[in-house]
Amino acid sequence: MQGVADKTALQEIPRQTFRRLAWRRFLRHRLALAGAVIVALIVLMALFAPWLAPHEPNRVDIMLAREGPSSGHLLGSDVVGRDVLSRLIYGSRVSLSVGLGAVGIYVLIGLVLGCVAGYFGGRVDMLISRLVDAVLSFPVLMLILVIVGMLGPSLFNIILALGFLGWPEVARIVRGQTLAVREELYVVSSEAAGARSSRIILKDVLPNIMSPVIVNATFGVARAILIEAGLSFLGMGVQPPTASWGNMLNDAQSLSILETMPWMWVPPGLMIFVATISINFVGDGLRDALDPKLS
Amino acid sequence: MHTFIVRRLLISFPVILLITMIMYLIINLAPGDPIDMLVGQEGLSPAEIERIKISLGLNKPIHERYLKWLGQLAQGNLGFSYLDHQPVLDRIAERLIPTFSLMFFVILGSYVVAVPIGVISAIRQYTWIDYLATAFAFFGISFPNFFSGLVGIYFFSLILKWLPTGGLETIGQGFSMVDRLYHLLLPGLVLAFREMGVLVRYTRSSMLDVIRQDYVRTARAGGLSEWSTIFRHALRNALLPLITMLGLTIPRLFAGVVIIEQIFQWPGMGRLAIEAILSRDYPVLMGLTLCTAVMVLLGNLLADVLYGVADPRIRLSGRR
Repeated sequence: MQGVADKTALQEIPRQTFRRLAWRRFLRHRLALAGAVIVALIVLMALFAPWLAPHEPNRVDIMLAREGPSSGHLLGSDVVGRDVLSRLIYGSRVSLSVGLGAVGIYVLIGLVLGCVAGYFGGRVDMLISRLVDAVLSFPVLMLILVIVGMLGPSLFNIILALGFLGWPEVARIVRGQTLAVREELYVVSSEAAGARSSRIILKDVLPNIMSPVIVNATFGVARAILIEAGLSFLGMGVQPPTASWGNMLNDAQSLSILETMPWMWVPPGLMIFVATISINFVGDGLRDALDPKLS
Repeated sequence: MHTFIVRRLLISFPVILLITMIMYLIINLAPGDPIDMLVGQEGLSPAEIERIKISLGLNKPIHERYLKWLGQLAQGNLGFSYLDHQPVLDRIAERLIPTFSLMFFVILGSYVVAVPIGVISAIRQYTWIDYLATAFAFFGISFPNFFSGLVGIYFFSLILKWLPTGGLETIGQGFSMVDRLYHLLLPGLVLAFREMGVLVRYTRSSMLDVIRQDYVRTARAGGLSEWSTIFRHALRNALLPLITMLGLTIPRLFAGVVIIEQIFQWPGMGRLAIEAILSRDYPVLMGLTLCTAVMVLLGNLLADVLYGVADPRIRLSGRR
């Protein structure tokens, strides 16, 4: 009994210090900090969209079509007279749900497959590793394009396609980390104490391999947002009237709009850029903070 | 080496088979019928629709159709487009050159620009040059390329009127290399911008790794000048991992190509893919899927082989 208490006490102390050290390293990375603040603002914007938006984002008003910025409509209106600012605010919901949804799905798949392959090894590992190699050599965007184009372009289908094709990188990282960690004394001692495999993976392995996964997932959120925006821009993603930063740029494929009505396409383009660069800076800061060896 | 290449090619076959199988299923089981797209609004009687279905082979069960498709493939036949009944192979072949010239320009351009920037950024770590290069890289990685494409057209084509807004060449002028390059410049630069960002980051971290190695420290301690330490000892080893990047570049580039070709009305494979999806042209879509899958696999293989050639410590065996 005494031994068990000691073991938990010993585990708690270094983890606390690690977190505090990581936090301090993250705060030193000024760009990452700025990125985190901007991401937080975007999250707030998405959560409080109905209160922040000055107008109903989907209300069509032909009388107002293609009007430039004015005091009533700060960013003007689009080709069918919808308020650009309100659509911009609501668009953050789409980007964030794609980022979090798709990455959430593939991190989960990657964690499960990677842990199983790395921890149990043998034939299971062989099978999963071959599968990882195979999916890694898929022409992923082509597949996503066809899947979304064929199953019908929608937010839900984009999240599913990205989620179910994105996991191999995570699985590969997790497998490598698990292989290293499973030889550590704390895993071997848990095994010797007779703990079940599921318990060892959840309690001993997972907490010690999360750093590179978190970093990878952060960059993944930015990538998913970019892909959704690209698909929606092509008309293969989120469909109007639902506003997405990508589909708001769609009208700018017409040269006359591109040249004479910049209020329609510059704001959403900038929002995508600001969101992705902020998330990428956060990822960079997290990498420096969680894995000092790599920087 | 030869056995390695042969073995890798053999391993690639099941992967390609798997991809085509998945895609065939998705494409054929998806809602929406090519017949609707073909016939459009013209009211056709059920008998006539049935006749079209039979002529396209759509009346047979899906596994039979897939096996027939595989059988034709084995004879080098990718089938015929539903739209204009041209052989799929021809439709894709005419799109290869535009897409490849775009990709070639981007890969060449981004390596030539990004590698020196990455190296300098690492050598002068934490100086203003490094910060500038890092900012450039993050801009490149985070800037959505359809937005940079639109901004590029806005400034260089509409405001400054230096470059054309799109297309492969000036219409009605016949083939001219200069004209082609002139049209290639803007879409190429827009695509290369993102690629450069990725490459600068990668070169920098690879170079930083090498600079910390013992043999570099030994070279310095032995009294070699900074210049020759960097160029004779560090650089060569730092560039090795970049070769592997080449293989990964191709699938990533293809993603950009689809969007850029659409914006710049570039008649390449990316645009063909969009056209085929919108018109439910199944045979063309399958052909494109196969084509991109082969390109990605060849890219990976090429990267592995080059890496083995460049670094004698790597022994090429069947497994990586």
